[in-house]
Amino acid sequence: MGKEIIKGSEALMRSLIHEGVDCIFGYPGGAIMPVYDSLMDHTDTLHHILVRHEQGAVHAAQGYARTSGRVGTCIVTSGPGATNAITGIGDAMLDSTPLVVITGQVASSLLGSDAFQEIDVVSITQPISKWSYQIRHASDIAWAVARAFYIAGTGRPGPVVLDFAKNAQIEMTEYEPFNIEFIRGYNPWPSISEESVQEAAKIINAARKPFAVVGQGVELAGANAELLALIEKADIPVGRTLLGLSALPSGHPLNKGMLGMHGNLGPNVKTNECDVLIAIGMRFDDRVTGDLKTYAKQAKVIHFDIDPAEIGKNVKPTVAVIGNCKLTLPAVTALVEKNNHREWIDSFIPSEVKEHDLVIHSELYPEQGPITMGEVVSKVTEATRDHAVLVTDVGQNQMIAARYFRFTEPRSVVTSGGLGTMGFGLPAAIGATFGAPDRTVCLFCGDGGLQMTIQELGTILESGAPVKIILLNNSYLGMVRQWQELFFNKRYSCTPMINPDFGKIAEAYNIPSRRLHLREELEDAIREMLTTDGPFLLEVGVVKESNVFPMAPAGQDVSVMMFDC
Amino acid sequence: MEKTALDIDKKIYTINVYSENIAGLLNKITNIFTRRQLNIETLSVSASSIEGIHKYTITTVTDEATVDKVTRQMEKIIDVLQAHYYLDDEIIYQEIALYKVPTDELLNGPGIEQLVRKHNARIMEVNRTFTVIELTGHPEDTEALYAELSEIGLYQFVRSGRIAITKSPVERLSNFLANIKKIADKRND
Ligand SMILES: Cc1ncc(C[n+]2csc(CCOP(=O)(O)OP(=O)(O)O)c2C)c(N)n1
Ligand SMILES: [Mg+2]
Repeated sequence: MGKEIIKGSEALMRSLIHEGVDCIFGYPGGAIMPVYDSLMDHTDTLHHILVRHEQGAVHAAQGYARTSGRVGTCIVTSGPGATNAITGIGDAMLDSTPLVVITGQVASSLLGSDAFQEIDVVSITQPISKWSYQIRHASDIAWAVARAFYIAGTGRPGPVVLDFAKNAQIEMTEYEPFNIEFIRGYNPWPSISEESVQEAAKIINAARKPFAVVGQGVELAGANAELLALIEKADIPVGRTLLGLSALPSGHPLNKGMLGMHGNLGPNVKTNECDVLIAIGMRFDDRVTGDLKTYAKQAKVIHFDIDPAEIGKNVKPTVAVIGNCKLTLPAVTALVEKNNHREWIDSFIPSEVKEHDLVIHSELYPEQGPITMGEVVSKVTEATRDHAVLVTDVGQNQMIAARYFRFTEPRSVVTSGGLGTMGFGLPAAIGATFGAPDRTVCLFCGDGGLQMTIQELGTILESGAPVKIILLNNSYLGMVRQWQELFFNKRYSCTPMINPDFGKIAEAYNIPSRRLHLREELEDAIREMLTTDGPFLLEVGVVKESNVFPMAPAGQDVSVMMFDC
Repeated sequence: MEKTALDIDKKIYTINVYSENIAGLLNKITNIFTRRQLNIETLSVSASSIEGIHKYTITTVTDEATVDKVTRQMEKIIDVLQAHYYLDDEIIYQEIALYKVPTDELLNGPGIEQLVRKHNARIMEVNRTFTVIELTGHPEDTEALYAELSEIGLYQFVRSGRIAITKSPVERLSNFLANIKKIADKRND
């Protein structure tokens, strides 16, 4: 194909189409108007979803990326448009979500002059993005966009920022589609050390009490089947991180539950009893490890990760298997002997029984009193036959949803893990309906978090995104209240919430809703929500002062969990 | 004051970083130090012997586990090619210092020739008011001459960051570039 002379903004459209973009979440403004003008010529291929706040655009793109496995795309204007996007960019960085965020910028001639709506986006985003770059000339566009998508989507994924100066949007340039397959200073396919593979297999073969801790890396690599092959062959029980929950089907007999602060007792206790800890695509976050000084000290540690900078960052492994786990897992599995660890696996049972008796039973099957969050989560997952995508906001609603929602398919969890961003849920759920259009998307959120990005109900109104919003209303900033109860003498400083009538708000946005607080109504209301076409708000009045247990307090031994106050 | 175990393990490390010549990378590199509350003792940046590749030489006082993590985080930055750390005995290193002293005080002092010889210094400029002396060497050398000249009186004193060359016979950057070329060729096939 020959070169064409076209406008910079049009070159951006062509470049996005060349990358296979089908969906853009964004919001216009002065410094990005030429781009929005060109967008009008491509509405057949580039579906633009107009959000109601730029933070929503980025979270929606995250929801899209996490469910589809593709790079999410956002377009926002300069200055306040760009700063509004920062929370989402930081969130995507900590949770390794592939995004390309395009921000408008003042014309190159004005850069550095504090021009109207000028902000130094590249500097602000440098520490919270995988790459950030300013496009100052139209001739740069094809190259920069190709590089942005390549960097965002390969290796350990992450957000990339393209700061697009207005003159470059208007200038004419020769355009030719550009492909990037190689960058000298960036190696997303680290070569696999045969030695590390052999050493890992040897340690696994010698293990009597092996335990695998699995994170989102498995999902990002699409290595769910490869994980299964290893753990089934060597008979290894598995604990999953919050972001790795759907890396293994919940019902698999080797699934021993969630790790960390509000995870299950078994996997946390066994972390400190196993003889070999096999970490796969997880980064030993402090919410998973608690105090590192007491974390798995007895065990040999094998760390599978694609990012060399993660090796030894928190836990020093005996062996590191660096590489994409889609390749490293089968390499190790080939050398692993078929094994049977029945006795070791059965040793999880007492912890499971204890947790069930002390916490789970009363959370899921209460006979009196107000509805619990756990009941709602459990009934919703049941009604979707465990096939739905779970999106959560942050707080008690998030932890209870993570504990009790069940998964059968990969890429089914969209939650803000690293940054813990309240307000993430609603826009991320909107994005998830575009990333997984054939699946049911269930959002669990709290009365606090919903109000942080509640304006995105407008995006639902406009796009019809079929989000099933389940509002677990406890009239508190519940998770903070829980910490106040446990660690601050029940001094509930600024956590009780005076809330609006959420049903009326939904009605204003033309979203059907139902509100309930009686147990007898719950199943019918869930059925109504799931059988209603399109979006729905189900508001459940739940126990006001309830706590998420068990809990390993921050910075302490993760295997010692609290069961009550 | 009693030294903690950590202080005892702390040594001066010289980090060599090679990167593409792209604006903004220095910021990203120094950010890694800031986030870990590590002090950069010296920093020098220049073109390397290979066209288009920049070299940063950074010294910092820390323990090996930390410097290891820091270099790996640097290599993670897109367009940083390599980062390696060294102890003083693994490198040949130099810094340069310039001293501006009052000429008459210098003439009244114990003897210029002896001073220049003893420190292996050079006189760069002499006029009626001031003299500029130059010294290249290790930090101790710079400080020894500084101590001596301070007694005479110093108008100005400046010293550069460290530059360093490895003693190892293995050229890591050349090997890296050769390797990377192989990978690139393979991908283009
Ligand atoms: C943007 C943001 N601000 C503050 C917090 C701190 N925080 C964590 S959980 C929480 C309470 C959430 O309350 P709600 O949304 O009602 O959920 P609940 O815990 O009650 O389920 C707060 C304030 C946060 N994580 N994010
Ligand atoms: Mg609440």
